[in-house]
Amino acid sequence: MSTSGREPIDDERTPEGRGSQQPHASPLIGFGDAWGDARGDARGGSEIPCGDCVLSSRIRLARNLVGFSFVNRATQSQLSDVVHRVQATRLGGPFESGVRWVNVQATAPVDRLLLFERNLISRPFVEATHPRCVAISTDETASVMVNEEDHLRLQMLAPGLQLRPLAERMFALDSALDRGLEFAFHPRFGYLTACPTNVGTGIRVSAMLHLPALHMLEELEKVQRAAKDLHLAVRGFHGEGTDALGDFFQVSNQTTLGRSEQDLVDEFTDSIVPRFVEYERAARRALCERDLASLDDRVFRALGILRACRLLALDEAIKFLSRVRLGVALGRISDIPLGLVNRLLLEVQPAHLARARGGELGNGRDDRAARADLIRAALR
Amino acid sequence: MERTCDCCPNPAVVHETVVHSGIQTEVHLCAEHAEQRGYILPSATGPALIVGKLLQQVQSAAARPANACASCGTTMATVRETGLVGCPLCYRHFEDALGAVISRAQAGASVHVGRHPAHAADLVDRAAMRNRLARELREAVSREEYERAAKLRDRLHAIGGSPSDAFASADADDATRVEGGSAE
Ligand SMILES: [Zn+2]
Ligand SMILES: [Zn+2]
Repeated sequence: MSTSGREPIDDERTPEGRGSQQPHASPLIGFGDAWGDARGDARGGSEIPCGDCVLSSRIRLARNLVGFSFVNRATQSQLSDVVHRVQATRLGGPFESGVRWVNVQATAPVDRLLLFERNLISRPFVEATHPRCVAISTDETASVMVNEEDHLRLQMLAPGLQLRPLAERMFALDSALDRGLEFAFHPRFGYLTACPTNVGTGIRVSAMLHLPALHMLEELEKVQRAAKDLHLAVRGFHGEGTDALGDFFQVSNQTTLGRSEQDLVDEFTDSIVPRFVEYERAARRALCERDLASLDDRVFRALGILRACRLLALDEAIKFLSRVRLGVALGRISDIPLGLVNRLLLEVQPAHLARARGGELGNGRDDRAARADLIRAALR
Repeated sequence: MERTCDCCPNPAVVHETVVHSGIQTEVHLCAEHAEQRGYILPSATGPALIVGKLLQQVQSAAARPANACASCGTTMATVRETGLVGCPLCYRHFEDALGAVISRAQAGASVHVGRHPAHAADLVDRAAMRNRLARELREAVSREEYERAAKLRDRLHAIGGSPSDAFASADADDATRVEGGSAE
């Protein structure tokens, strides 16, 4: 493999050492317009399975290499060695059509944050300082983080409820990597991970649910209890605390030992996610039947604010976009595609706004103005 | 019985016992893993003369607390404090303590079911075989077929299992199920 393709981001940049007064074009603009469409962000909801209530599906696998300490215990040179080994390995599956390696250690904070906002890397991966990198497929549906908590974190994303096809592609990627790397494995504990609670399959299956009607009917606590009974972890939009839930609700498995990957994926696809989707759809029907005018008022009031406002905070943007999304999914709003709302939910985030400006992260007021402008232009 | 590598099913060519503060730790590695870990093997055939990494390990072991992982120096106290294990071999070194932690976190499950790396196919087969023998041993004892039980016990020993496995957990049978296909 040629080394020239490995570090697409210009290397003279030190991790934190950029003067903020010095404007620069985000190197990740190089990802170009492939961002967005391939992931289905811009597609409508009707052809995406459960797109009305499920924003996205995700599968993650944790893997570690034999002969190295785990990331928390490894030296800098061991970590660099792990990076080089993985980069020398042929990535299969979704990476066949093209892969971009990003040297995260040498990447500007705004670009690291951009990758996080696009769900391609994790929050701890943004903030760490040790040698680490991420491989991103050109269609942005797959990423491999090297030296996150585990040596490898493979991740795949798809819009709506599409866990089975994701799993199939994930297993192909895992097998391809297994040909070039030796993964740490124990006959009783399965794949070995830095955190002992992830051993076994090392899999995390999750779905980002959109549950605005359940929120309006104040049923989210019930949903949370149901999730707990099913041994699921529950998180908010970007994995933050459950108090910041809003209308978005991510459910994922906690058990990784004693059940096969396929078993878990089947349970999520056939029983767990459909159950939450059914709750939400029932709540939407109830809202429509009980008081359609009041539902319409909430939906169109939100749309009105988004079309008229001049300053918009992030939490407000997500709240109102969520209501508009509900209106679109119910057919109350017909002139806005669901995919546009999905895309805006990504683009209103700070690093996306910075990228659109072609510069650094802004201050709060700049961001609020830029966010309002972006949404007004998109929903005109 | 031939000792296998700590990291893979290949026969071990490096056998070392490191003694520190009265705690004995054994290291068994195949040629490839020995080399990876910095051991220098003089020739493919001669006795393994070990210099380099091992000396470093012994020296740094002097600063290590008793009962640390021989490979990375992590102790169970560190694992409890940080919630993180130091290296793959910690799972061998602290097998019992970690087994208890894992089983609590995993709703009682204690045996992996699912995919496995191609290189571990042997390990998985042997684990399955051990569990089958252990189950048969349990049955033989419960039916008071002691002669058969003795034979099963010997076979279990021969493949590195222990008769106590047979009575350790009632759901040991689960280990014989290796689902989800191999990594190939
Ligand atoms: Zn070996
Ligand atoms: Zn260790």
